[in-house]
Amino acid sequence: MVFSLLYILVFPGFLFLTVFALVAEYVDRKLCARLQNRVGPPWFQPLADFIKLAAKEDIVPEQADKPIFKYMPVVALASTVTAIFYIPIWGHDALFSFEGDVIVVLYLLTIPTMTFFLGGWYSRSVFSMIGAARSIMQLFAYEIPLFLSILAPCLLANSWSLSTVSLYYANHPWYMIFNVIGLVLSVVALLGKLERVPFDIPEAETEIVAGSFTEYSGRRLALFRLAISIEMIVGASLIAAAFLPFGLDLGAGWAFLLYLLKVLLIVAVISLFRSLAARLRLDQMMDFCWKVAAPFAFLQVLSNLIVKGLLAS
Amino acid sequence: MPKSRRVQVTIGPQHPALKEPESFLLTLEGEIIRDAGVRLGYNHRGIEKAAEGRSYVQDLYLIERVCGICSHSHSTCFIQAVEEIAALEVPKRAQYIRTLIAELERVHSHLLWLGVAGHEVGFDTLLMYTWRDREVVMDLLAALTGNRVNYGLNTLGGVRRDISTEQKDEILKAVDALEERTRYYIGVATEEITLIDRLSGVGKLSREDAIRLGAVGPTGRASGVKRDARKDDPYGVYAEVEFNVVTSDRCDVYGRTLVRAGELMESYKIIRQLVRAMPEGPITVKAPRKIPAGEALSRYEAPRGEDVHYVRANGTEKPERVKIRAPTLANVQVVSHMLKDGYLADMPIVVAAIDPCFSCTDRMIAVADGRASPGTLTWEQARMHGIEWHRERGLDFADLNRRFAGRGIH
Repeated sequence: MVFSLLYILVFPGFLFLTVFALVAEYVDRKLCARLQNRVGPPWFQPLADFIKLAAKEDIVPEQADKPIFKYMPVVALASTVTAIFYIPIWGHDALFSFEGDVIVVLYLLTIPTMTFFLGGWYSRSVFSMIGAARSIMQLFAYEIPLFLSILAPCLLANSWSLSTVSLYYANHPWYMIFNVIGLVLSVVALLGKLERVPFDIPEAETEIVAGSFTEYSGRRLALFRLAISIEMIVGASLIAAAFLPFGLDLGAGWAFLLYLLKVLLIVAVISLFRSLAARLRLDQMMDFCWKVAAPFAFLQVLSNLIVKGLLAS
Repeated sequence: MPKSRRVQVTIGPQHPALKEPESFLLTLEGEIIRDAGVRLGYNHRGIEKAAEGRSYVQDLYLIERVCGICSHSHSTCFIQAVEEIAALEVPKRAQYIRTLIAELERVHSHLLWLGVAGHEVGFDTLLMYTWRDREVVMDLLAALTGNRVNYGLNTLGGVRRDISTEQKDEILKAVDALEERTRYYIGVATEEITLIDRLSGVGKLSREDAIRLGAVGPTGRASGVKRDARKDDPYGVYAEVEFNVVTSDRCDVYGRTLVRAGELMESYKIIRQLVRAMPEGPITVKAPRKIPAGEALSRYEAPRGEDVHYVRANGTEKPERVKIRAPTLANVQVVSHMLKDGYLADMPIVVAAIDPCFSCTDRMIAVADGRASPGTLTWEQARMHGIEWHRERGLDFADLNRRFAGRGIH
């Protein structure tokens, strides 16, 4: 009981993720600022922003559906934090694992997008509703490539459990190169999931103010923002576990340090995109995901099936 | 699709995409804009009327503040009209300096636009880079005129500051640096895929529509309309310098970007010629305080398009009528045409692509419908109306004044 609470609240649960998410947010903001030839924020800025936002007045719109509007930020945060328990972060074994946990993690990572949709839709403001509709349309575009590309390494490892998959790749480190297409695709799809440039269409500030979050303020907005930061960490951890499972044999300490580095590397790639690209339009994003990303994801699955057959024979 | 599926969205007067208050009423069908209306009037300052109550020299400073970006354009356009009425012969050197500042202003305006365009399509890196480089020309303007904006350089019959030989060298050096940076941005604009995807085919305006709706400046030139007051009706010393009118037949926002980038390069060319060919001589002639009766219309190619000022003098030291037609007013009708059947996502960049300056444009029109006069309020009536309006809502300033007076704060 005590240990369960410790897992949930401290490590690898809420506290660790919050601290790591704030660090990652800092890395993202600072790196992006330096790439844009700006000074960038000091290291405590994400925490300061969070505290300040949490202390602000919390307004619930009169026309909004109150329960949904109020609880969606909490649901978003809870689902992202839960997902970390099934991802191995200090060795081959995650805290909990069972056959099929990779599917659970993917679904837990889908829930935040649903909360953006519901929270935005039931805010009953025009900008929120347009943002909500865009969130859900974007979901249909990037989910297929993301699922396929994450499942491809699992196919090769012949397991639906992330812990078993990372053990398999630790035994066969060179098999990682079969999954390079999947790695690229999953980072791109993660950009869509996190609603980041060039896929920040649902919260394009110059078009629809803040999209789903237009009506949110105060601590609910702070929770939503924290949930997105944590989602970035968890998404990056998932990619690290599925595609970059090297160095896990070095003992818990080194493996954990490597894990932190891997996640920060993926975060750095994400902020690189942010400073290099313009925002796409929804139709262009759909075109890209269905005409480029999805076929390549299928190609990855197909190639892994063939490789698996060849390896078995 | 039935009409009931249409949603009306009001963008503005307060909206992150707009730097100035203006209202756009969009009728949406999904993400497609089916109808768009523009409503002006949130920033009306009554400058034309105020100009009638001031002397010509005072008006110069007032009219310079029509626009924060193209301040020199408005003041030069106005002063050209006044000088024409007064039949003043402006010294050649003064005209060179005016034209030089005009081109530097164009550089600063176009670099600013490039950054804004990047921001509107979510490409903030472009914004940061162009605005950093824009500082070069801003510093130069500050060194030449004393101010970053609202230069206060023009005066009746000439200019107020001369340009020294050292400053000429500084200008040439700055222009070299800017030209190199602009080449880089042209490279970005022609190579960066997401940027090209977002700008191509957006905000279509055919050549015929551009002429029919009276598009001016880069907006018109990007639709293949080769109109430029600097060439068609040369003022200042534009007749003495060699430059091309940049046009594009792409008819979309991408074309407008290319035209502006091309104009930057032409501006550098003009600036170099001006600095090298600048004659010696006085920079101002003595101007009379009272301008003889008469009227004049002055055309000027501001960075955003053709600016038109009309001045009527009645022999006193104040103008009888000043009429300003800022370039945005000519282009704002074009916006609602360009928005139709486009995506909502393209709305900010389509609006930004005309490089709008709403406060320059804003005007009030009271429509007399024949039934009753729209009515005019005297100053005192307007004041009483304001006091009543606030009192009904529980704010009584008269009461506050009494209380302050009692405590001796008043």
